[in-house]
This record gives sequence, structure tokens and C-alpha cells, in this order.
Amino acid sequence: MDYVLLLTQTLNGLQLGVLLFLLASGLTLVFGIMDFVNLAHGSLYMMGAFICATLTFATGNFFLGILLAIPVMALLGYAVEFGLARWLYTRDHLSHVLATFGLILIFDTLVQIIWGEAGIVVPLPEWLDGQVEILPGVVFPIFRLLIIGSGLSIAAGLFWLVNYTRLGMLIRAGASNRTMVSALGIDIQMLFGLVFALGAVLAGIAGMLISPITEAEIGMGNGIIITAFVVIIVGGIGSMKGAFIAAMLIGLIDTLGRSFLDDAFKLFMTENSAETAAPAVSAMLIYILMAIILAVRPQGLFPPKVR
Amino acid sequence: MSRNLNHRIFSIIIMVLLGILPPIFIWIGEPFYADLATRIVCLAIAAVSLNLILGYGGMVSFGHAVFIGIGAYAVSIPSYHATYGEWDAIASYNGLFQFGIAIGLSAIFALIVGAICLRTKGVYFIMITMAFSQMMFFFFISQETYGGDDGLTIDIRSELPLISMDDPLQMYLLCYASLVAAVLFVRMIVRSRFGMVLRGGMGNEERMRMIGYNVYLYRLVAYVISGAMAGYAGALLGNFTTFISPEMMDWTRSGELMFMVILGGGGTSVGPVLGSILFIGLEFVIENAIALINHDWAKYWHLPFGAFLIAVVLFVPGGVIGLFKSKERKK
Repeated sequence: MDYVLLLTQTLNGLQLGVLLFLLASGLTLVFGIMDFVNLAHGSLYMMGAFICATLTFATGNFFLGILLAIPVMALLGYAVEFGLARWLYTRDHLSHVLATFGLILIFDTLVQIIWGEAGIVVPLPEWLDGQVEILPGVVFPIFRLLIIGSGLSIAAGLFWLVNYTRLGMLIRAGASNRTMVSALGIDIQMLFGLVFALGAVLAGIAGMLISPITEAEIGMGNGIIITAFVVIIVGGIGSMKGAFIAAMLIGLIDTLGRSFLDDAFKLFMTENSAETAAPAVSAMLIYILMAIILAVRPQGLFPPKVR
Repeated sequence: MSRNLNHRIFSIIIMVLLGILPPIFIWIGEPFYADLATRIVCLAIAAVSLNLILGYGGMVSFGHAVFIGIGAYAVSIPSYHATYGEWDAIASYNGLFQFGIAIGLSAIFALIVGAICLRTKGVYFIMITMAFSQMMFFFFISQETYGGDDGLTIDIRSELPLISMDDPLQMYLLCYASLVAAVLFVRMIVRSRFGMVLRGGMGNEERMRMIGYNVYLYRLVAYVISGAMAGYAGALLGNFTTFISPEMMDWTRSGELMFMVILGGGGTSVGPVLGSILFIGLEFVIENAIALINHDWAKYWHLPFGAFLIAVVLFVPGGVIGLFKSKERKK
């Protein structure tokens, strides 16, 4: 096997995994604490990409664009909580799904009105736009390394926030028993709003990080959000640790499957049938994985202990 | 009986209008509205089938559009091979054969997916059904022979005895008759002993289990029936549009079907039909209303439509048909 290619694709897989974790962690926070199913989470990812694109062009600097876009995303997330989610906490999941489905239509059209039909390519600073030789003979784009690095640091920061800060304590307490938390004099509405805003920021950052690679485009969140849902299902809904491990697992399996499945199939198939079967199977690979895991463990790999 | 009379009269009026108006449109030479009606009726069959598991069984299946896709591909693929050769075993224009495959494959897919999904509950079930439908979505996207994501045109419609699907009136009447049959069939199921158990499982699963029913099995059977019906709807829809693409089974399509059920009123026999009329009718009305104000804005009709959908969820949770039920009935 080609080890250079294997290493490169592993890194690509990690990069996808990191992005999936950023999305899935927001879903996990919102679902774990507020029991709210937000289908429009992918729209927040899209909004992140577009807002960052505009701010990058306005300031002429990608990093300044990201820094300025983060508070905008927090406000947007808070607005969604304040304007819609707040009224639906006491309703069933079906209502959440339907209402946020309506929200997706609104966000997609808003983007169409504000930014137009075509996607926006976000330019990278010159020093990031190259490749670096990480091992002899193995070159990899610097920016993708940066995505992996920043994603992992955000994951670590989130871990610290949830486990070692006062806000994290409240978040965990709210997940276990929200009535008790509010009885202790905590403004639970405010807490929910903050958590929603945090989820929006995480989704937005994922969108900002991907925008220089794929470009910001309408509906970009609607495909990846399903993969993010697969991540939290496989990991166990409400479990941050599960989301992290599942995101990495699915990022790797998806990327490696797409590059090596045809080679693997050729070991026991004719070349022709391998080339027909491999694309179909690799596109379905993560769903097949999910089905197998759920058939064995319906609650996912790491179901949270509470609930 | 009488306390539910308004609701019942209203339902009958809808079904009768749906039977009379579109043929009149065809006679007076307004084929556009007849086309709109045919699309509504095809999707209404799928919505009625979804209502069996969603409205009466409490199973929030977020992957129902996949059966429409399977049904439509079951028409297009045999027809494709009949025209272009290869795969002689399935190559055929025969409608009975194609519809048989549509129903059979949908049932088998529903059996496999249902057997796995029904092991889970609540939000897991919602997302897993959605993920499985995405799996088929990507499967058909990777089928280059059948057009990949560009889709596949159905050159020749299914050949049925006595009926020509190329004739708009006959096509509509076939779809309408299928819808009436679907409504009555679901109505019969939910009133049977089987349906009682299904509805009981939605109300209190634990209790049904204690009484001695295998709720899982009942739900699985309902899921398979519902999938097969939606597959049939897909075969009709494929014949009507003479085109199928994976986009037809995207998860957003499943969301639309769910909306049709909830909009009209889940757990009622005609609610999903009303929901389909309102959903597709409103798309059309909103788009044209905006076009009257400013032609260039018409493409933004999704914005008010999305806001309307949210408003329905917030303010009319029982669906529009619920408004016609008397108050005692609601509780």
C-alpha cells in the first residue's frame, strides 16, 4: 500500500473528524441540556462561513474575520434561542424538528437574499496557502494542519469548560436536573441562552474553518448536519466524550473508505465489479457502521450516565 | 357520532372536491391545475401512509421520502433496461411488474430498516430513520448508470391494463382512486384490533407490554405496511413526473412529508390529505403572491413559507383539521 497516501488521507480524516466534532459538540450541548433537537444547527454552520467571508473581505484579514465573526455567531445563536427554541422546550421532539426545519428554509433564503446565489471563495493569507513537508516525502497543506490543531485545542478548551468551570458545573447540573438548578436561584433561561450561543459559535467556527477549502455556499450545512447527527447517535446522545471519539472515528472511516475501499475490494473481486461497488459502499460506509453499532448497542457507544 | 360530525363532513367535502375539481380543470383546458392536483394526490398517498406510523403509532420516521424514491426507481430502472438493454430479468414496461417491485422492495427495505430503528426510541429513532434514508440517497447518487445525481428520465410510462397513464385524466383518476383506497385502508387498519394495539402502544407502551402484546412486532408490521404504501405512491409519482433523481429522497423531502401530516392533522384519516393540499397549495400561492408585488422576489418564497411552517408548529399543534373538531373531542 502507498504509505504516503495513507498518511495524507489519515490527516484528511482527522480534519473532517475535527470539523464534525465542532458541529456535534454544539448539538450535544443543546440536546443534552435543553433536550432540544436543532435541525437548523447546520444553518448556523453555513451562517458562520458566510459571515466570516464578509468580515474577511471587509477587514482584509482572515483571522480578523474569524475573531469578529465569533461574537456575531454568539448573538445569532442567542437570537434563535430567544426567538424560537425557548417557546418549544416543553413540546415534544417532533415540534422541535418541524420548527427548526422551517428555520432552515428561512436561513437558506436569507443567505440567498443577502449574499446571492453563488458561493463565496474565502481567500487565505499567503503564508497559510502553502504546503509543508511533515515527514520526508509527505507534504500536507498548512491550513488543514491548522484546522486539526485549532479543532483539537477547541475540544480541549470545551473539555476544560464543561468539567472545571462554574459555567460547566451549571451546564452539567442543568443536564441532570434543570428544576433543581433553577430552584437554587440560577437564571436557567440565561443559562440556556448562553449554551445555545456557545453551540452556535462552535458550529460557526466549523463553517469558518471550512470556508477557504470548499467555499461558503447555500445549503452547505444541510448535508453535513446529517453526518453530525450520525456522530452523536454513534457516540451516544448527550455524551461529549462519545461525540469526540465518534467524530474522529467517522471522519477517518469516511475519508479512508473513499480512498482505499476500491483497493480493498480488488483483493477479492474482479477489478470491474470493485470499481462499481466501491463508490456506492464508501458513500454509505458511515451509515452502515451506524447501523451495525446500533444493532448491537441501541444507546450508542458511550451513553451518558445521567438521564 | 354527532359530536364529531363537523370534522366528518369537512373530511368528506375535501375528498369529494378532490375527486371532482381536477377532472373539471382538465375538461375546461386548465392542465396546469390538474398537474398540481396530481402531484398533491400522489404525495397525499405518501402522507397518509406516514400518518399510519406517525399519527397513530407515534413513530416519528424522518426517512419516509426514501420509499417514494425506491418506488420511482422501481419504475424507471426496469423501463431503462427495457429501452437500452442489459439486465433482461428486470427489463420491462409492464406496470403490474414495476408496481409490484416498488411495493415489494419498499416493504423489504422497511422491514430491514424498521427492525433496526425500532430497537431505539425517541430522538434516536428520528435520527436513525433519517440517516438510513440518507444512506439510500447516497447509494443512488453513486449509481452512474442510472444518472447519478442528475437523475433518470422515464421515457415510457408503466403499461397497465385498461388504463393509459399518458392520458392526464386517466392518470389523475388512478391516483385519486389510489388515495381514496389508501385513506380507507389506513382507516380500516387503525380501527381493527391491530390498530388498537398500535395506538395503545403510542399512548402507553409499558401498559400494552404488560397486557401481553409484543409492541415491537406490531410497530414493525405497521412500518412495513406504511413503507409499502409510500413505495406505491412513489411509483405513481415517478410515472407522473416521468423523472426520478436522488434529490426526491433527500431528508428535506422527508421533512416536507412530515409537515404535510402535521399541518393537516396527524392521527386523523383525512388530515394528511388536507395537509398535502395546503402544503403544495401554499407553496404555489405564496410564490405567486410575491410575484405580483415584485417578480424578482418570487424566488425568495421559502422565507415566508418557512415562517408560516414555524407559526403552524407554535400555534396550531393539532393541525388544521383539529380546528374543525368539537372541543369535547379534543380532550
